Amino acid sequence: MVWRRVLHSLRAGPATEPAGPVPDETVSALAARLDAAAQRRLGRSLAIRHVDAGSCNGCELEIVALGNIVYDLERFGLRFVASPRHADVLLVTGPLTRNLREALVLTLNATPEPRWVVAVGDCGVDGGVFKGSYAVNGGVSAAVAVDLFIPGCPPSPAELLAGLRALLEANTHRS
Amino acid sequence: MAAALTGEPTLALIALWADPDHAHAILLDEVLLVVLPVSVAIEAGFYPALSPARPVAAWLERMIFDLWGHTAFGGTDPRPWLDHGRWPSLHPMASPPRGMGPPAEPPEFLPCEGDDLHQVAVGPIHAGIIEPGHFRFSASGETVVRLEIRLGYAHKGTLGLMRGKPIRVAARFAARLSGDTTVAHGTAFAMAVEAALGVEIPARAESLRAAMLEIERIANHLGDIGAICNDAAFAFAAARFGFHREAMLRAAMWAFGHRLMMDTVIPGGIAGDISEHGALTVLAAVAAVEAELPELARVIENYSSLADRMVSTGIVSPELARRFAAGGFVGRASGRDFDARRLPLPGGRAPEPEFTVRIPVLTAGDIDARLRVRLAEITESIRLLRRRLGNLPEGAVAVALPNAGGEGIGCVESFRGDIWTWVQIDGGHVENAFLRDPSWNQWPLLEAAVRGTIVADFPLINKSFNCSYSGVDL
Ligand code: SF4
Repeated sequence: MVWRRVLHSLRAGPATEPAGPVPDETVSALAARLDAAAQRRLGRSLAIRHVDAGSCNGCELEIVALGNIVYDLERFGLRFVASPRHADVLLVTGPLTRNLREALVLTLNATPEPRWVVAVGDCGVDGGVFKGSYAVNGGVSAAVAVDLFIPGCPPSPAELLAGLRALLEANTHRS
Repeated sequence: MAAALTGEPTLALIALWADPDHAHAILLDEVLLVVLPVSVAIEAGFYPALSPARPVAAWLERMIFDLWGHTAFGGTDPRPWLDHGRWPSLHPMASPPRGMGPPAEPPEFLPCEGDDLHQVAVGPIHAGIIEPGHFRFSASGETVVRLEIRLGYAHKGTLGLMRGKPIRVAARFAARLSGDTTVAHGTAFAMAVEAALGVEIPARAESLRAAMLEIERIANHLGDIGAICNDAAFAFAAARFGFHREAMLRAAMWAFGHRLMMDTVIPGGIAGDISEHGALTVLAAVAAVEAELPELARVIENYSSLADRMVSTGIVSPELARRFAAGGFVGRASGRDFDARRLPLPGGRAPEPEFTVRIPVLTAGDIDARLRVRLAEITESIRLLRRRLGNLPEGAVAVALPNAGGEGIGCVESFRGDIWTWVQIDGGHVENAFLRDPSWNQWPLLEAAVRGTIVADFPLINKSFNCSYSGVDL
């Protein structure tokens, strides 16, 4: 039964879409931040560790979607890893709740250099609608330095992909 | 009240919350389907505990103490819940909040004694792309003796932010209590406001809300079934379900302008009409799901290595599901046949017979049963969605809200189960609100379902529940 389905899928061709251009401004802004050592070490591949710093889980849904066969994140050399110790990038969502702040800082400290922090969603950028609450710090950069912001509520998988590919491109342009 | 509850086994405790001067509860007579709101004044900082009669109240009583400072007299568990000792004040929802909190202390977990027991601590940050929470396993070898869940890491102060806000602004917080149920929470909030103000919304808005709820349900079921298959290393099914979920979200984007349809529901109706060809686009996406679903379901059912992981793993007994009033597929897989779509509509109207929900109720209570219920729900949601979109009433999609006041309750069947929302409105502003996510009644059952399984099965069992963290962290 499975094999019949698999054969059918093989004949039907891939569902994965061709990818559009990445934003130039983001590329050049990031290129300035990266050095040759990082290039040698990372090449065209980035390992990403996701951290939910108190999101509503909307951003997570779209990050998960990056792995579906339509976006197929891994074809770009981007993949999610289970430990910050294996990661080049921390992909952080949520308004940074006070209850999660310490865990985020510990996660960052466990991530080897060179590393990048990407703040995802309007919440990650500055707290979004939750800004001003007693329970949030108001964005990822309240606790850790952020290299790239991807706004949106939530950002679409296409927007997330454009940002992450910009990180890769910036890396390549430096060499 | 606790004593009265003990003698009334058919009265389910649905929600428990507070305001600065009262404790409130919603009870549901499960036989007559009658909703009973109850309120008691806080006296000298106390209200009578319900946790001895209804264990589901335990987390809620801890939440009430942390937020409002009221103590449940005779409660079963006095430990803090949402307050991890990191907020600028104690009891931030009390008026006025009470000074500085104590420094953060390591959480106290229930003791677990015995030879060769060890503890496994997981989280708050997990290995996958999921929400933050801490799981403390006490295990004997591979076998879990006790799981204790500690949440609150996603506490954003949502209820406090809603207070004093204009209705439309407050609705944005309801839509962000749990992103995967943004339509359902948005609708429950809107219905509570409409009940409080005595507003009737246009028939077209009611139909479009119902359609969006079914789209949200189908998309979540597709995504979660795919994720469960993925966790059991069955990549093929994960790929196909993920593909269909993406198609549903794109159709939603086309029809309503947002992939998750966030902020589309507003108190008074919906923010904008469905786009031209929107209905056709959505119907095309579900037709593709319908065409492939029977075969995918057969593949899942016949795949023995999948069955090996799912059958008789993570069991919730019907007795427990009933005691905790577990909603949605968690309840339906364990013999509890409750669906908020069967409750009377606003104004006491009976639900239309053509939209009567028919979903199987199973009793095995394992991962497999929860998955089967969800597969069946997709088919039923497709049927309901076709009826809704195939016959949309004409007319406006929203009415203006009067500048009045009042108190109201809204209830919506989300993909996860019944959502209950309560609001007090004064002069067009929200005075107090509470949003009860179905996860309050499901998380504690996860603790029970994991007992006696092996630690390695936890991710799969957890995913088969898919409780919301943000939804209960508030
Ligand atoms: S940016 Fe929007 S979708 Fe993302 S966590 Fe915040 S509220 Fe949720």
